[in-house]
Amino acid sequence: MSNRVIICEASEIIAIGLAEIIDGMAQFDVVARLDSPEHLSEKITATDVNLLIIDPMLIGVSNKDFLAQLGKEHPQLTIIALATSYFDHAMLASYNGVIELYETRSKIISKMTEYTQSENTKNTDDVELSKRETDVLVAVAKGMMNKEIADQMNISIHTVISHRKNITRKTGIKSVSGLTVYALLNNLIDENELIP
Amino acid sequence: MPKKKTPFSKDTKFAELLTADRRLLQLLSRFGIGLGFGDRNVAQVCQMNQVNTDLFLMICEIYSDSSFTPGQTELGQIDMSDLLSYLKASHQYYLNERFPHIEEHLQRIIEACGKKYGPMLRHFYDEYKQEVKRHIQYYEEEVVFPYIEALFKGQRTDSYKIDEFEHNHTNIQDVLDDMMNILLKYLPGDILPKERIEISYDIIELSDDLNRHSLIEERILIPCVESLENALP
Repeated sequence: MSNRVIICEASEIIAIGLAEIIDGMAQFDVVARLDSPEHLSEKITATDVNLLIIDPMLIGVSNKDFLAQLGKEHPQLTIIALATSYFDHAMLASYNGVIELYETRSKIISKMTEYTQSENTKNTDDVELSKRETDVLVAVAKGMMNKEIADQMNISIHTVISHRKNITRKTGIKSVSGLTVYALLNNLIDENELIP
Repeated sequence: MPKKKTPFSKDTKFAELLTADRRLLQLLSRFGIGLGFGDRNVAQVCQMNQVNTDLFLMICEIYSDSSFTPGQTELGQIDMSDLLSYLKASHQYYLNERFPHIEEHLQRIIEACGKKYGPMLRHFYDEYKQEVKRHIQYYEEEVVFPYIEALFKGQRTDSYKIDEFEHNHTNIQDVLDDMMNILLKYLPGDILPKERIEISYDIIELSDDLNRHSLIEERILIPCVESLENALP
């Protein structure tokens, strides 16, 4: 399946450079470049894109609302930040992914592929863990590996990884040890269940 | 948005540098630069303290502009032993000052948590501390830096190459973020809220500092070592 991409970046030099890299990949098509987020939503509808790469600088501090609104209007859209300078983690957490200015071509290509494969990384509003996600979280907190979890729950490793991404997105916690603390605090597991 | 040009040069008044970006204050002790520099400029202050001015300015640039990447010519002028001393001093600063400071705050929170949550927070922090030590002390200082020092003297070792370098600071920062989320979002609200807000400031600052530290390793250290590796027969 081909991905349709829009790039929203004020610097023409950067935008053209990035478009060149992305257009070099068979499964991606850059259909538009914008130098400001004005009319972005209309443009997305008009060109039927499923991937937006945007410089967080262009939307400023109000980015969370702007992104939430955009996500609501275009549920199919994956939004990637183009970090042209340093932004803190919290700010970038509202995006489905981040591309940094000094990344190599091959790194950008592998990131683009990864971001478009994870279908379930949308709906940034929804923070409740689903039943399935809670089960995966408990298993992770108990120290199980992805393969073991997949076998036990009868799902593919790919699905386990996708659940784990969602858990991290929803809780804001990335490390296994952090997830264990989260599970304990929310009484999802008991201390005695932990493998020392 | 146009990038503001950093005002740093050898002729900049040293005091101006510090007002331009307050984070540069953290660099003083790592470079061994004392206070009381008056109206002297960067070159003079560096000379007085036997600090390599080019390296100092380059590190200041990375601190105040994360997109800064030094060019090959600039990198060619870097003195490897100065760079390593700087990195080691940063490590000491993290291990002996920043982390113990955070731990002190955390200890009070752990005590206030009581039996129910205290031990698990303690465990979370201890595990983290181990990981930080492993990366900084046992990996960078005992494997990577000695390798670079040997390379610098013209000795080639086959046991290690710089492209294996572990970019582990991201993990170290991730767990710091997790710690902050746990402290702010998930621990019951009535446990020492003031202390938890204070510790968050420290965590944000440390995480930012570690981010710059990895940029220095990625954009100065690694390219320098690569050219040393390539220069050897």
